[in-house]
Parts: sequence; structure tokens; C-alpha cells
Amino acid sequence: MLNDFLILMKSELVISFIIFLLLFIKVGTEMTNDRLLSLVQFLLLANFIAGFLFNEAGSLFGGAFTTNALMAFQKSILSLGVYLISLLFADWLKKSEHMPEFFMLMLSALLGMFFMISSGSLLMFFLALELSTIPVAAMANFDLEKKLSSEASMKMILSSAFSSGILLFGISLIYGATGTISFTEMPALLDGSPLQILAFVFLFAAFAFKLSIVPFHLWTADVYEGAPIAVSSFLSVISKGSIAFILLTALYKVFGPMHAVWYNMVMILSIATMVVGNLFALRQQNIKRFLAYSSIAQVGFILVGISSNSIEGISSVVYFVLIYTFSNLAAFGVAGVISQQTGKERIDDYKGLYQTNPFISWILALALFSLAGIPPTAGFFGKLFLITAGASRGSYFFITVAALNLIVSLFYYLRVIRAVFMDKNEQPIEKINMHPSTKLGMIICGAGIVLVGLLSWVYDYIVNLSM
Amino acid sequence: MMEPGLYHLLFISAALFFIGVFGFFTRRNLVTMLMSVELVLNSVNLNFIAFNKYLWPNKLDGLFFSIFVIAIAAAEAAVAIAIIINLYRSHHSIDVENTEELKF
Repeated sequence: MLNDFLILMKSELVISFIIFLLLFIKVGTEMTNDRLLSLVQFLLLANFIAGFLFNEAGSLFGGAFTTNALMAFQKSILSLGVYLISLLFADWLKKSEHMPEFFMLMLSALLGMFFMISSGSLLMFFLALELSTIPVAAMANFDLEKKLSSEASMKMILSSAFSSGILLFGISLIYGATGTISFTEMPALLDGSPLQILAFVFLFAAFAFKLSIVPFHLWTADVYEGAPIAVSSFLSVISKGSIAFILLTALYKVFGPMHAVWYNMVMILSIATMVVGNLFALRQQNIKRFLAYSSIAQVGFILVGISSNSIEGISSVVYFVLIYTFSNLAAFGVAGVISQQTGKERIDDYKGLYQTNPFISWILALALFSLAGIPPTAGFFGKLFLITAGASRGSYFFITVAALNLIVSLFYYLRVIRAVFMDKNEQPIEKINMHPSTKLGMIICGAGIVLVGLLSWVYDYIVNLSM
Repeated sequence: MMEPGLYHLLFISAALFFIGVFGFFTRRNLVTMLMSVELVLNSVNLNFIAFNKYLWPNKLDGLFFSIFVIAIAAAEAAVAIAIIINLYRSHHSIDVENTEELKF
């Protein structure tokens, strides 16, 4: 019994251990930020590697906590993202007075996401979802003296509190309609009665809030712009990724019998998300707002894959989130370094960046090509598999709209690349001195963007896990 | 005196839910908006208890759920109040109309 507990919950236990260790270090010692940052980076790397060891499938607590190889892999993707964040934003973290608290909040949110991915009942899912959003709202306020930061975090906490109210109302209706909150018992009791459909709409609205699907996306750009860049990148990659994973479980395993009901809903929302995300990204001048709308558009593509309700749906979404982690974190990392050293966040300020900083220009170009889905980079394969999975339902109108949106998105990604490589500027951003670990993080991201696409066994491995 | 049935309780909880939503959309004071969210959460509690009592008296999931909801609501309110206090320090106001630097 105890052995089961230790092995099945090992990733959660490791994270809890790191959180407590940081707490003791904060309270009991006078460690400098430099040494603490290296320690945390080492621990997060160890956590990422430990994610691949001793994985077994099973369930605990009467089915409330389940785990299997696919979930372990999803958790590893999230761990990798957190490790990359600790590398990429080393400069910002070192200057922060409250670095241990930042990591404690971030790891608590990560712990919540792990429990959420593994949840086997609606109660567990709700508690984990709250654990993964409340600390993030506190993190958004981390630049305590900045007005924008407190405004962003206010918007985040109010919208997430409201969306959890909606989620709970949906859960209560589901409980009333079926009499169970367990994910394993529920599918047999779902018959598509009006009450269940109403409950499902409420539940999906809450998911849409967290995943910033149009028309529930309004908080996204404001929060991304106001929050510190490290937090924006956490929100856009790790938070989005974990919600996409649990949405897969919820739609396929729990609401699978109601597929006919949710297919049209996902299709309409996906089209709206891609179109609105792309159109708003066209006119953004601030790089953080630009990345926010671009991530909304990417969520639209994730929905294309989710709509398929097949094994390809699961594997393509997991594969895409892996690629998206590398490419979006690289883009945020470059934006973070520049904003940290020069305070410049406008796309116009990036003109002529290539003359002074060739390395980060190439990383930014790789990341944006991958987000746009241009062939040699992994982003192309991610989009290809998502759209192939979506096409398996046979709705060619839907797939055509998605493909057209890919072309529209090229326009704004290439606008940034043109500013960096081609436009002349009298006073480009001066030479930037990076922390060595930031450079390491960018190299890992760049290597990931290229290799994940070229090495075909990565996708085969994910397909094997999703069977 | 009529015994209250499931429909009465559901009517009350639905009314509470929409009062909460209405308050959240129309009020401009952050603390009042937070109170509206609490109304929504309490309507959910009422729903859980009512379903548990009238429809599924043998399964106590609903009761447990409402206890957890109360705890989570308290945690959320604590963080939200801390954020609102910090907002007051920088903006000298807790009116949402004054927090308008981030838009479009």
C-alpha cells in the first residue's frame, strides 16, 4: 500500500519536497540568490529526469487519483517547461528580492497541474484546478511596485474566481443529473438529456476561460502584458498545456458519449478562436500582447486536433504542446532578456536587432518560424498532425478555415522577423550580456524546435503512449 | 405549511447564481465584485446540498463537495483581498474604472 503510494505519486512527492526545501532555506538560511538559483535549477532538472523513471499505471484513493505512462509523459513536458523558465529568466530572478517565494508559488501551481492531469473525480479536478490558478494570480503581482502588474493580477484573480464559479455550477448540475462525480462511473450515465447538456456547457465555458478560447479570452492579453514576463510565459505555456491535457481527458473519457453534442461546439469555438486571435495579433505593437494573441490563435489549432475524438487527437495534441513549449518559451525568453536589459517591449524597437545581437535574433526567428508552422522547424509537423487529426471527421470546411488561418498568421510572425533582420535602425538595441544559463536555455529551446520535428521516434513514442 | 421540495431549493440557488453574475457584471467596486463571486459559489453549495438530500441521499459526494467549496472560496478571497490591497496602494482606489491602463 505504502509502496503504491510512493511510486504512483512520485512526481507530486518530488515537487512537494522541493517546495518544502525552499521554505526551509528561506526561513532558516541566508543563502545568496546566485547559489539558490543554481540549486533550484539543479533540482528542477533532477525532477525532469525523475519523471522518466519508475513509471507505473494505477489508481489511488478509490479512483480519485489515477496515473499511467501518458500522464507521466504529460507531467514531464510541464516539468521541462518549468526548468526552461528557471534557465531563461535567470537575470530577472536573480534581481528579485523574493526569489524563493516565486519558485514556491510556481511549483505549487505545477503541483496543482500534476494533480489535475491525474485527477479521477470532479472533486479532485476542481481542487487541483484551484491550486493551479490561485498561486499564478499571486505570481502575476510579483512586480509589487508596478501599477500594471497589480492591474493584471486583479484581472486574473477576478476572472478566474468567476470562471471557477461557473465550473462549480456545471459540476453541481452534473452531480444532480448523474449522481456521481467519478470519471469512471460517469460515461455510462450520460445520455445527452437537456440538463446534462446545460451542465456540459457550463463546464466547457470554465475550460474555455482557462484556455482563453474566444469569446472567453478577454483577460489574456491584459494579464500577459502587465505580469512579469516569466509569469506570462508560465501562463501561456505550462498553464495552457495542462488545461489542454485535462480537456482531452474530460472530452474523450468522460464526455465521450456526448461526442455529437460537443463536436459542433468545439468546431465553432475553434474557428472563432483562430480568426479572432489572428486578427487581433495583426495590429499589436507590444511584443507581449502580440505573443498573447498569437497564443490564443495557437489554442484554436489545438482545438482542431481535440475535435477529432480519436487516438490521433490525443497524440497530436500532446506532441503539439511539446513543440509549443519549446517555441513559445524561446520567444518569451528573447522578449524577456531584451525587456530586462533595455526596458524595450515594442516591436518597432526590435528593428536592426540582428546587427547587434545575431544569436538571439536567430533564436527569435526559429521560434517564430516554428509558431508559424514553416517546414524545417517542428511547428510544421505539430500543425500538420493536428490538422490531419481534425480532418479525420470529414469536415473539410473546418480544415480549410484552419489552413487559411495558418497563412494569415504568417503575416504577423514575418512582420517581427522583418523588423529584426531587414529594417534599418539608427539606434538599434545595444549588445546584450546574457547570463550563461539564459544562453543554455535558449540553446535547448532552439535544439528542441529543430530536433523534435526531425526525429520521428518522438511522435511514434507519443502515439505508443496514447494507445 | 408546505414542505419545501427540490424545485424550491433549485429556484433559490438559480436566483442566487444570477444575482451573483449580475452583480459581477454591473458593480464597479472590486470588493463588491468579489462578494458577487461568493454569491455564485454559495448558490453552488445550495445546489449540491439540495441534490444530495432529495435525489441521491445515499451518496454523500455532494455534501463533501460543498465543504471543499467553502474552503476554496475562503482561500480565493484571501488572495483576492491581498491583491486588492496592493492595487489600492498603487492606484489609491478600488474602482475598476480606474484600472484602465491595459486595454485592446
